[in-house]
Amino acid sequence: MQKPVYIQEASLITPLGFSVSENVSAIEKEQSGIQEQHCTDILDTPFYAAMIASEKIDAAFEKLGDPSKFMKLEKMMLLSVAETVEKSKLHISEKTALIIATTKGSIDALDPDNSFSEERAYLPVLGKKIQSFFGFKEEPIVVSNACVSGILAVAVAKRLIQNNVCENAVVVAGDLVSKFTVTGFNTFQALSDGPCKPYSKYRNGISIGEAAASVVVSSEKNKNTIIEVVGDGSCNDANHISGPSRTGEGLLKSIQSAMKEAKISANNIDLISAHGTATIYNDEMEAIAFNRANLQQVPLHSLKGYYGHTLGASGLVEAIVGFEAMKQNKLFTSLGYDESGTSKPLNIIQKVENCTVNTFLKTASGFGGSNAAVLFKKVAFEQ
Amino acid sequence: MNNKLNIQAWCSVQNGMVICNGKEIITVDNKQTFSASAKQVYKDQHWEYPKFFKMDRLSKLTFLTAEILMNEVTISSEEKESLAVVLSNKSASLDTDRKYQDSINSIENFYPSPAVFVFTLPNIGMGEVCIRHKIQGENAFFAFDDFNPLFLKQYAESLTQNNKAKQVLCGWTEIDEKGYNSFLYLASPNGTLPHTEESIKKLYTPS
Repeated sequence: MQKPVYIQEASLITPLGFSVSENVSAIEKEQSGIQEQHCTDILDTPFYAAMIASEKIDAAFEKLGDPSKFMKLEKMMLLSVAETVEKSKLHISEKTALIIATTKGSIDALDPDNSFSEERAYLPVLGKKIQSFFGFKEEPIVVSNACVSGILAVAVAKRLIQNNVCENAVVVAGDLVSKFTVTGFNTFQALSDGPCKPYSKYRNGISIGEAAASVVVSSEKNKNTIIEVVGDGSCNDANHISGPSRTGEGLLKSIQSAMKEAKISANNIDLISAHGTATIYNDEMEAIAFNRANLQQVPLHSLKGYYGHTLGASGLVEAIVGFEAMKQNKLFTSLGYDESGTSKPLNIIQKVENCTVNTFLKTASGFGGSNAAVLFKKVAFEQ
Repeated sequence: MNNKLNIQAWCSVQNGMVICNGKEIITVDNKQTFSASAKQVYKDQHWEYPKFFKMDRLSKLTFLTAEILMNEVTISSEEKESLAVVLSNKSASLDTDRKYQDSINSIENFYPSPAVFVFTLPNIGMGEVCIRHKIQGENAFFAFDDFNPLFLKQYAESLTQNNKAKQVLCGWTEIDEKGYNSFLYLASPNGTLPHTEESIKKLYTPS
């Protein structure tokens, strides 16, 4: 029996706001951060993405330091960690891990128009910036495992805590909308021609987004702690490096691994926050995997309709919204959904509803055949 | 519960030398390009896996190190299916990221390719190894400033202690402008060499 691991505090830096409450209130009102963007320095044609104005980040960053000294992603991550550490009153010791999750890091440092040194694109360099800013004692652990990075990092934190490598961990995830990723997905013809529509019959691709998020994961509860991390899994499809598996094998195995560890069966899961990128093949693969796991009746949403696909950040951003669903006992709408567009049924949440949410499953899938699933459970309060 | 891990087998590619379990497999001319060296190893080993030539440099390096290691160990297809893979490096996929960036830098010379973009992630090589050997176990890719034997040991042990895997393919696979090197080992209950930070470090360090 492994020791319990909890989520203490969380913070979000997204186009919907720089606090968890702003984010949740926008989602409750079904407001999307995705807009038509006319950024010719990114793509010569208009595209749909959820972006944060640099001026807004710089204004918020003034309280921490000189905005001109840091790259955009560094500032987003620093802002997020600062809030999480402050709220949790975390004492950073030799037993505190810093875990950073990102798909592309500060990839904009490779752009010749960027004034920062190319060195800033190295993930360990990004890690050191965050480490030294807050005085973390140990070398940061950077998880870069495509689009499952953010939620995988929570599993990594839990595993390291349970095996006494550390007592607690700050997990921070972030990714940018950059010329690199937008042109890349565009060459794949994977960009949606409007705000993305997860699981819809009319979906035709992703909208990209940018965000940073962080949580404190700990073996200790504090007075506000209500969430326990109870199971995890991250299995490979062994099928294709860029196409989702037709059978959903890796996602199914990840979910089963998390459920087995948590001793939670399919009919005891109250909410699924799925990956739902709104590409034809991803959403179909997920529908197959969830049906094979017997989870087709569980209320499910994708939050990509609000945030776009925030790559390595997405798993953590969306998990944090799920924690709010647990706190408020509320199901949030899967924005962009209209008519079913998968061959197997799913119980897509179509309007905000009050509903007890005691157990919550977060999943993600990505290139390289990667998948991840983490199960969260509400802590039973001792009266 | 006895989840104690040993280092069952290992393979390193350094300075043009491919060494597996202490035995020299092949030494290539270090002055030729990495791709020429990779091709030489492929031919020498009589592999028939044409997909190899579509891979980027990091994936080729990851694939060839894993391939030589996996060919040296006896491991059933059931064991492979649940094998965990934990890899790490310093430069993530920057080697291919630069190549992709060059293709989008100017409007006059704009030629982004999906075949290049798909390799701009460090875990793709791991995905290639999983496809090749039908490995559907735990996967994770990490970035560190330098080879980190302690973390590999700790994370591999956390996977076995948490019943996520019985055996773990671990290592470091790095390629950048300055050169390349890789080191993979199989942590398993089999074998006699204890899975300690010291022994991982010793096997990694070129003699």
